[in-house]
Amino acid sequence: MRYDLQIIASWIEPGAQVMDLGCGEGELLSYLIARKGVRGEGIEKNEEKAAHCIERGLSVLQGDMNVEVLDYPEDRFDYVILSQTLQQVYEPDVLIRAMLRIGRRGIVSFPNFSHWGIRLQVFFTGYAPVSRQLPYQWYDTPNIRVITLNDFRRFIRQIGLRILREAAIDTHSEDRYGKIVRFLPNLRATYGIFMIGK
Amino acid sequence: MSEYIEHDKNGASVGIVQKRFFTFAHPPERLRLESGAQLGPVTLAYETCGRLSPERDNAVLVLHALSGDSHVAGVYTAEDEKPGWWDFMVGPGKGIDTERCFVICSNVIGGCAGSTGPSSIRPETGRPYGLDFPVVTIGDMVAAQKALIDHLGIRRLLCVVGGSIGGMQVLEWTVRYPERVASAVALATTMRHSALAIAFNEVARQAIMADPHWNRGDYYDGPKPATGLAVARMIGHITYLSDEAMRLKFGRRLQDKSDFSFNFDADFQVESYLRYQGRKFVDRFDANSFLYITKAADYYDLILQHGAGSAVRAFAKARARFLVISFTSDWLYPTYQSREIVKALKKNGRDVSFCEIEADWGHDAFLLPNPRLSALIHGFLERVLREVRTSPDAL
Repeated sequence: MRYDLQIIASWIEPGAQVMDLGCGEGELLSYLIARKGVRGEGIEKNEEKAAHCIERGLSVLQGDMNVEVLDYPEDRFDYVILSQTLQQVYEPDVLIRAMLRIGRRGIVSFPNFSHWGIRLQVFFTGYAPVSRQLPYQWYDTPNIRVITLNDFRRFIRQIGLRILREAAIDTHSEDRYGKIVRFLPNLRATYGIFMIGK
Repeated sequence: MSEYIEHDKNGASVGIVQKRFFTFAHPPERLRLESGAQLGPVTLAYETCGRLSPERDNAVLVLHALSGDSHVAGVYTAEDEKPGWWDFMVGPGKGIDTERCFVICSNVIGGCAGSTGPSSIRPETGRPYGLDFPVVTIGDMVAAQKALIDHLGIRRLLCVVGGSIGGMQVLEWTVRYPERVASAVALATTMRHSALAIAFNEVARQAIMADPHWNRGDYYDGPKPATGLAVARMIGHITYLSDEAMRLKFGRRLQDKSDFSFNFDADFQVESYLRYQGRKFVDRFDANSFLYITKAADYYDLILQHGAGSAVRAFAKARARFLVISFTSDWLYPTYQSREIVKALKKNGRDVSFCEIEADWGHDAFLLPNPRLSALIHGFLERVLREVRTSPDAL
């Protein structure tokens, strides 16, 4: 499993109720159910991926997470996960508040745009950066925003929420291996993972 | 629902099945119907395939739609050319795997394929009920099915599965007998008919009632209202397809001719198809049953009956895990109606999966072989079976 998902999984205690927003093919959910005995559900927009999840025995809804997230009762989940999708969300504050309405805690991860590799690309080439974590050309990308670890921390503070835990990691996009970055994370981490609460 | 029956291409089949009958509600213990009327005795025709586990925890009740019957899969004899209506879904290794599950399918009350309906003989008179048959509801159909499940000694169904009007019965089961169903699969269905769906049903009923042979439902001794029923069926078939499906299937192609006939014969393939479907239906279906079942579907309103106007409240009692499936080109029970079900279930904190399958074939898509549909149901049932077996007391 992807290294960032391993970190997320390590933060979740056995038996928890988990919602994975944008759960893809259900990799994290299956892992959490098998290894941690959680009760997991997911939301996925893509028909094929959502169907794949249901076929493998996961409880998954096909739909737009921004809409679907609204219908659950308060504190229905212990954790609501938004993994590597924040950069595609139109209204991050609305979504994150909704996550913390239906769940006690939120876990958000995203590619760090202030990684030194990205900074150097802009500095030396003058073109919009393309990295393994953000592999798209500017004209053909699902991402509508770029985020740095500093940005996210400030944003969470501004909207009146709290960061309960964070990990800056250095790993490649689909890689199973990686390491925690403690020194100069905003410069050296490729991804940030944050646990947030009210 | 249309008929799309052909043998499985890989030859997998449940084999020979037998239609059985269960009679209950003998007078004076008649079945009390939602209308207040009483009906008895009541016979249900049903078929089973697969084997009930010793723990009796693997029973799947399949609920048929308007024109279906208890013959869900397999054949009656080795020479039988026509397998059951959902043969591609029910069988060894299929979506509803008969190596794992014990499948039950019964004909609804009000039907005409062995269960008590308007064409059945009324004991008091020795003649067919006709319009003296009381109006039955989706709830009454489900109450009768529950009597059968009790009779079979099944405490809790692993799953109730059905599409269209069968899907309404699925939803009804989950709120009427919440402790009796571990899971539910609702396909191409709705909590209540839209005005569009009622309108089509009404036109179909009018076609039957306008046929002089209908004779206010009393036609069992003479000619049947075949023209009316055929037209009703033709209307149904239009609603089961879609603009896209009809364009692909027929376009403006002519039937066995190169030019117009300049009279009122069937020139277009679509005309010929509808006439054929109408004719074929008349041989196997009772016009009064058509009236009763479509009326039951039109009356059905889960939101009003179980939630006093609130879909969320309607599902408050439900305990099952749900799989809801809609099809992109279904304009009779469009996706938004499935999403309303999903939304109400979510607000109740229920475990619900949902998928909108991309399909060209309109409402009929659930009756057509579709690997995705089979895989979804298979995966869902396997999970529920696993969960039920690891914690038998948890619903």
